[in-house]
Amino acid sequence: MINLDLIFPEIFLSLSIMFLLMLGVFKKNSEKLIYNLSTMTLIILLALVVNLFSINETLIFNQSYKIDNLSTFMKSLTIISSIFIMISSFTYLKSLNILKIEYPILILSSILGMMVMISSNDLIVFYLGLELQSLALYVLASFNRDNVLSSESGLKYFVLSALSSGLLLYGCSLVYGFSGSTNFNLISNTSLNIEYGVIFGLVFIIVGLAFKISAVPFHMWAPDVYQGSPTSVTLFFAALPKVAALTVFIRFLYTPFVNLIDQWQTILVFISIASMIFGAVAAIGQFNLKRLIAYSSIGHMGYALAGLASGTNQGIQSSVIYISIYLAMTLAFFSCLFMLRKKNIFYEKIEDLSGLSSNHPILSIALLIVLFSLAGIPPLAGFFAKFYIFMAVIEQSMYFLAIIGLLSTVVAAFYYLRLIKIIYFDKPNEIFEKDHNIGLKFTLAISTGILILYFIYPGILIEVVSRINLI
Amino acid sequence: MDFPILSSIIILPTIGAIFILFGRSSSNYNAAKYISLFVSLANFVLSLYLWYEFDKNSSGFQFVEQRVWLKDFINYKVGIDGISVLFIILTTFITPLCIISVNSTIKYRLKDFLVAILFMETMMIGVFCSLDLVIFYLFFEAGLIPMFLIIGIWGGERRVYSAFKFFLYTLLGSVLMLVAIITIYWMTGTTDVVELYQIGINPKFQNLLWLAFFSSFAVKTPMWPVHTWLPDAHVEAPTAGSVLLAAILLKMAGYGFIRFSVGLFPIASEFFVPLVFGLSLIAIIYTSLVALMQEDMKKLIAYSSVAHMGFVTMGIFTMTPEGIEGSIFQMISHGIISAALFLCVGVVYERMHTREISKYGGLVSVMPRYAIVFMVFTLGSLGLPGTTGFVGEFLILLGTFKVNFLVATIASLGVILGAAYMLWLYRRIVFGEISNSEINKLKDLNKSEMIILSLLAFTSIIFGFYPDPLLSTTSASVESLINLFNSNLNIYTAGKL
Repeated sequence: MINLDLIFPEIFLSLSIMFLLMLGVFKKNSEKLIYNLSTMTLIILLALVVNLFSINETLIFNQSYKIDNLSTFMKSLTIISSIFIMISSFTYLKSLNILKIEYPILILSSILGMMVMISSNDLIVFYLGLELQSLALYVLASFNRDNVLSSESGLKYFVLSALSSGLLLYGCSLVYGFSGSTNFNLISNTSLNIEYGVIFGLVFIIVGLAFKISAVPFHMWAPDVYQGSPTSVTLFFAALPKVAALTVFIRFLYTPFVNLIDQWQTILVFISIASMIFGAVAAIGQFNLKRLIAYSSIGHMGYALAGLASGTNQGIQSSVIYISIYLAMTLAFFSCLFMLRKKNIFYEKIEDLSGLSSNHPILSIALLIVLFSLAGIPPLAGFFAKFYIFMAVIEQSMYFLAIIGLLSTVVAAFYYLRLIKIIYFDKPNEIFEKDHNIGLKFTLAISTGILILYFIYPGILIEVVSRINLI
Repeated sequence: MDFPILSSIIILPTIGAIFILFGRSSSNYNAAKYISLFVSLANFVLSLYLWYEFDKNSSGFQFVEQRVWLKDFINYKVGIDGISVLFIILTTFITPLCIISVNSTIKYRLKDFLVAILFMETMMIGVFCSLDLVIFYLFFEAGLIPMFLIIGIWGGERRVYSAFKFFLYTLLGSVLMLVAIITIYWMTGTTDVVELYQIGINPKFQNLLWLAFFSSFAVKTPMWPVHTWLPDAHVEAPTAGSVLLAAILLKMAGYGFIRFSVGLFPIASEFFVPLVFGLSLIAIIYTSLVALMQEDMKKLIAYSSVAHMGFVTMGIFTMTPEGIEGSIFQMISHGIISAALFLCVGVVYERMHTREISKYGGLVSVMPRYAIVFMVFTLGSLGLPGTTGFVGEFLILLGTFKVNFLVATIASLGVILGAAYMLWLYRRIVFGEISNSEINKLKDLNKSEMIILSLLAFTSIIFGFYPDPLLSTTSASVESLINLFNSNLNIYTAGKL
């Protein structure tokens, strides 16, 4: 008999979504209620998922769904960051007048899709999760529908994402055709004797996933979509789909295609190097903070993929650590963005930060910490993220990748420093409002706290992550 | 367990900084100033106690503290030997002087400045204490953040350019060192320096690793041709920033050369001696010539720093007891004297708002006390017997003559050039006719300036006449370092034959 306890979180989430939808339809003016209830749902969901931590690797539903330490950890990560996203973006949504009942429900559905993706052990289940996640995101991107940029970004994301889903699906069908199964474990058994069809399928799948994770050369959508979407959605884009896509990346590379490591390692090294260099160089010319963070996230994904490219357990763990710290940095950065508010207008240009430090010392220090952390300067958490990646990469003697990666951190440091220069060295410009939602303050405090205090006891994350053993 | 005195010295300034940062008095600068002064003086007293307790006859590491940091991987390990103890005292000695000097030099956002200086102190002491490569790297890099802000916020006109140049140059140098550190970990399974001294590093990889470390230290020293960030950073930084930069930051690299390059990679160090000698000679001769041509006082002293550090690198790579001890002594002496020189420049800059040498002249008649202290430091910088500058340079040249006669002879020329540009600077500023009418209105040194400068002058002269306390502190450790170096080299050459 199938043990339904294992997918209880997913069941709970689906039921909550349906309930909230009904509640929203029948109860008038219930936006705020539904928003709060969704946050509650996420908190309960977190408890349910964390509860699964003690469970060893288990396959259910005819081996198509997998619960292991990786999936539990990534799910917890997704849910924790979504809680913070919810509590920090409330004021933003309210002042933009886009606090509708659909918003939290779409977020919840997208999270459901991600949870399915993270746990999938089968091509079809994986694709279902992916589409559930993406469809919610298309709508979210264009949620501020009166804004041209937002509609444009929704459409752009939809068209390009549909294309990449097509590629992905084509790859899946090739894999299925040549290996005769959609199950990851079975594919892995057949891929020992190399069939060119499977390799073709693998390439298509990597391309599709690289698109979802916005790695070069499949990154073109990211800057426009990031800029156009409402900032709270941008935060969502910058954080959660990457966690899910990275997990699927790990699953694909290390379960069905683990025997083809020689084939995909080169591709991954290339994607990783291209992302690191491009993310660092292209961000230099940006004037919009959301666009800038888009390029910066492209670069960061390059580092996360570098860990995967090493092909070892240490590499997987370092990528997982990287994405966790990346989430903390993204949350902190966007919390700062939410604070650049004056009379219900949110500022997102680089020059709006000018001289911020003289009027908003605490916000500036938070930004300073975030930016130096993004640049990877010790003793902030961002440094450790990179450090683990390079540990894994150098263990495999991939010196070229390591040196290129480290050199591009120097290039990337330039544009982070430019922001710090604008904040600290330039003349004061705008004075923003100082009363902020308690949730926003809490998010900023927690995330910057993590960034700055991480070095005191860095073992804590490693201990959790070291339980992830795929090979 | 014993009282963790080293960790306390490292962490104390940070605690002070946090107090100031979260203190409520946003407008009241005095409280912040007294807190920072108190903290830094307490740290100085603690470090003196450390020196007092330090066993000079032992060559091993003392006051070692080890804590698990990353399990089974990296330990937080600090400890000192005769080489590092002096640098710690130098740091804790210079920092309070910097804090006193801000009275007149920092006009705005004083609180933030003090916080930055105190953070900086933590990082600098951390660098000199750490006995683990990763911990060392952490402190080494983290120091960039406060220094970047010090130059960028309180600097002169071209402060943005200089701050960026400083940051990116040093970061670029250090990332290669990080690759090397990780490589060492995978080769030997540890990043603990003491263990690495015992294990030794595979000779095949030593050259590449040495170059990676060298790239970082050479930028920080700075050696020719990657020295160009230093004049820019010095010129634009506020006085206290320049003092920290010249007195302590540059010494991190010299210390790194001794502790890591020579200690960990003896075979590569031996191999690259000609490279280091060559670059050091160029630094000594070329930058001395450049210094002669400077119109800007701070730039001149900055170039003189490059030349002095050239002596230091040369002395280290003679691998003789005289050379290395001389280098350490020279670094301490340069720390005191260059700090004082930058403070002297700061004194007149505050009054005249120009650093152009040609705007000055005839200061001796309006500022007699200033003329005297400036004279002491000028002579110290050119290495007059009786000042610390002489002892260091003399020992280095002694060591170099042992190894290579030609190099030593050329380097001695540098001493003459050094005398030339320093004396010429002094003549143009202090003597001569008063050409600028502004000069007549100048006031002589005030009390706090007098205290700082005379303290520095006093130290420089005391240790110039009686260098034994410093030399005896270092000698045992230097000797054991050289023994380690020679034994490693012998094993290698024996294995080759």
